[in-house]
Amino acid sequence: MIDTIVIPLLKIAVLVNGVLVAVTFTVLMERKVIAWAQSRLGPMRVGPYGILQAIVDPIKLILKEDITPAKADKWMFTLAPILSLVPALVVFAVVPFGGDELFYVTDINVGLLFIIAVTSIGVYGIILAGWASNSKYPLLASLRASAQLISYEIAVTMTLVSVILTAGTLSMIGIVEAQQEAGFWFFFVQPVAFVLVLIGGLAETNRAPFDMPEAEQELTGGFHTEYSGMRFSMFFLAEYANMLVISAVVVVLFWGGWLRPFPNVAALSFLDFIPSWVWFFGKMFGFLYLFIWIRATLPRYRYDQLMRLGWKILIPIAIGNIVVTAVVKVLL
Amino acid sequence: MADEPKSDDAATDKPPSADTPAGASAADGVKPVPATGGQETGKPAAAPAKPKPKPKPKAPPEAPKGPSDPLPPDDLEQPAFLVSLRQALPAAIEQVSYWVGDWTVIVPPTALIDVLNFLKDAEEASFDYCADITASDWPPREKRFDVIYCLYSTRRRHRVRVKVRAGENEPVPSVTGIWPAANWLERELWDMFGVNLTGHPDLRRILMPEGWQGHPQRKDYPLEGPGELLLESPMEWLRLRNLSDETEIE
Amino acid sequence: MTTAPSPMFDTDELVINMGPQHPSTHGVLRLVLKLDGEKVKDVDVVMGYVHRGIEKLSENRDWTQIILLTDRMDYVAAATNNLGYCETVEKLMEIEVPRRARYIRTILAELQRIASHCLWLGTHAMDIGAMTVFLYAFRERELILDLFEEYCGARLTYNSMRVGGLPLDIPTGWDEKVRAFCDVMEAKVPEYEELLTNNRIWLERTRGIGVISAEDAIGLGLCGPPLRGSAVYRDVRKDEPYAAYDEFDFEVPLGTRGDTYDRYLIRLEEFRQSIRIIRQALDGLPEGPVMGKVPRLLKPKAGETYHAIESPKGELGYFIVSDGRATNPYRFRVRPPSFCNLQGLRPLVIGHLVADVVALIGTIDVVLGEVDR
Repeated sequence: MIDTIVIPLLKIAVLVNGVLVAVTFTVLMERKVIAWAQSRLGPMRVGPYGILQAIVDPIKLILKEDITPAKADKWMFTLAPILSLVPALVVFAVVPFGGDELFYVTDINVGLLFIIAVTSIGVYGIILAGWASNSKYPLLASLRASAQLISYEIAVTMTLVSVILTAGTLSMIGIVEAQQEAGFWFFFVQPVAFVLVLIGGLAETNRAPFDMPEAEQELTGGFHTEYSGMRFSMFFLAEYANMLVISAVVVVLFWGGWLRPFPNVAALSFLDFIPSWVWFFGKMFGFLYLFIWIRATLPRYRYDQLMRLGWKILIPIAIGNIVVTAVVKVLL
Repeated sequence: MADEPKSDDAATDKPPSADTPAGASAADGVKPVPATGGQETGKPAAAPAKPKPKPKPKAPPEAPKGPSDPLPPDDLEQPAFLVSLRQALPAAIEQVSYWVGDWTVIVPPTALIDVLNFLKDAEEASFDYCADITASDWPPREKRFDVIYCLYSTRRRHRVRVKVRAGENEPVPSVTGIWPAANWLERELWDMFGVNLTGHPDLRRILMPEGWQGHPQRKDYPLEGPGELLLESPMEWLRLRNLSDETEIE
Repeated sequence: MTTAPSPMFDTDELVINMGPQHPSTHGVLRLVLKLDGEKVKDVDVVMGYVHRGIEKLSENRDWTQIILLTDRMDYVAAATNNLGYCETVEKLMEIEVPRRARYIRTILAELQRIASHCLWLGTHAMDIGAMTVFLYAFRERELILDLFEEYCGARLTYNSMRVGGLPLDIPTGWDEKVRAFCDVMEAKVPEYEELLTNNRIWLERTRGIGVISAEDAIGLGLCGPPLRGSAVYRDVRKDEPYAAYDEFDFEVPLGTRGDTYDRYLIRLEEFRQSIRIIRQALDGLPEGPVMGKVPRLLKPKAGETYHAIESPKGELGYFIVSDGRATNPYRFRVRPPSFCNLQGLRPLVIGHLVADVVALIGTIDVVLGEVDR
């Protein structure tokens, strides 16, 4: 009873709250990092070095007036932000933050498949938001989103197949353990797949340089143009939660999850005093930083160029990668 | 209104712009300053008032009748394109003027297209760049508008201005066919002066709002709006305004 | 598909209003876009939202008061507006301007060009999504504003010139600060280039976007960088030298393809050329008065003239008619470069995607204060 219900519930409660808090601090981190990149200071007023901004921001968003446009489809309009936030949170159920059972909610044997399936629901949130707003800019944005996200879904999923081939399992824990057994992080055998997943991940989370659905300068905010208050902040949370998801997935698949560098080199075993979750969060932090760095540096792709990149470059490479992986696997 | 050279006659002498039927009456309509007494805003605009350039004794010096357009000094050599223009279209040139280094050719509206085509195509002229099209308004003159085309040659690097004198409703052909650049410049010209441009593909207001009435750059356009009356007692202002509208309809 | 579309699959053009309140229309420009999917079929450019009637106003101000009205046209390049107006009146009155004043005017105009291009670069890059360049460019623009503040006390609307010369000589040590700024700027331009010039995404977003041939560019009356981007050698500073430009050595960068990338490269090169001009002017800065012999009451003889200068946006022309009697111009007309360049937007935009529209508005560098006047 306690093991099957209470403990998982407690874990879920901690996880959901933890993710939401992490998201607010990710927003702060983004503001700070971009500010430093642009020779600014970023938020400095609330708390020391603006650290309390992470708490003040959500409060502000919650207290704002929540406006539903008169011509919007009310139910859809309300449903859309929920639909994009919930999948982003659900995915964390199968993400192992550490080697111990304490650090993951559940370990299902189709963990990776579960992640792919659930994250793709989030797209509907964006499409519905654009449709339900009954406004032209959001509509354009949702068209972009549906085209973009679906085509990148294919590239990413295909790439993941080659990782599954390498690991021989779909379980997230299993993949990390496979890396431990193999003695190296999968990044070193699947660098192409890593790059593809990273690019596809950027595109799937609508991050710069692939942030076309919200393209502030073109579509004035895109799908969430008409949103305000809490519902807007749910989109906001969803975007950053998705960022966390992508970095967590990349860490698990390619960077050895909670493993220390070179898990098979005994000479480095003194690194074991660092707990496994520190390794995990450290790596995640690195990817979050990378995402923010990319946003501060690169201009935005154009919609058709993005589609070309997806269909003509990424998908063929992904297919080629599967073939090569399979052949190598058979030969070895 | 006090700044205008002919303060009292300005309202009465204003020639109605018949090329914009709605614009003529409304040009008076946007100027509801009846409280000052001296202004006859209610004057029927339909009757074409003849310009009466008789200066009042108290008025500041009579309104200028037109630009000076000084003739070039005799000893100054004229540029080659002017010489050949004179040879090619002798009848088209009313006058050639020169002032502080700028050459101006004055032509009648009917010959405008021929002259401009010549200036664009002739080898020694090759004015391929239409820098600006504008106008100046000299109300007492019968041909009140000077429409000015500032031309430049990117190949020969010289400039010339072509000037057309046109009356209130006299058609001035559009030059959009020669330089596409003229499109917006002529739209602005029409918007600001109400020069009767013919053959323009897209003659709409450009700077003023769509429903605007009157042409602001004309010299007889009122310089002030409804004035203090609107702020002090809007109802009275509205009454007077409607009053003047009604008299116009009659 | 059948020829007669069923009501279910009826296709229609999407008419979308871009502006007047839109983050990338650089002010209150309004574009009515007719879209087929995301492709632009047609565009109607609507303007006039900041029309303040500066031309009409100027006809009722005296010759000195107009200088401060010219500040308000291209408000990111007020000094070149001042320069154009003052030179036109000087031409009309045949006033000789002292050489020192002409040199300082050149320095001010070129500083202004750098400031204006900084603003252009920042907003243009921002429109395409590179937001860091925006803050970098504004950082350098800030230094120029400081220099202007030290010279004339204002940071945006300078009112920094007078008919016949300059109201003030440069403050002590100002020239050294300008020199220091030139060194800073020279180091910063490569920084912008590093972020953009060879960036793949930037190249894909700007190469081949908004191509216009030389004939079309001339015919449409484009001026400034958009004209030079199409490989037309046209720079008022070279063709009809004003201020002290005939005494300096500089190059006019030309594009080859006439696309957005070429126009970007040209403006970046103009940063360097402007620095070069400023350095030469500082080196050769002559001694002497900064104000010529000007009558107390400005009252040009009856006559009219057109005079153009190269503002950061292009050929800025003033056409002024004096009736010889009043202390104000009879007719005051500005040939606004932004207005003429904006006319080129429609041919540039048609056939491109919505995302390119913002890039193209950026590339022609409009300031709505000048378009509407």
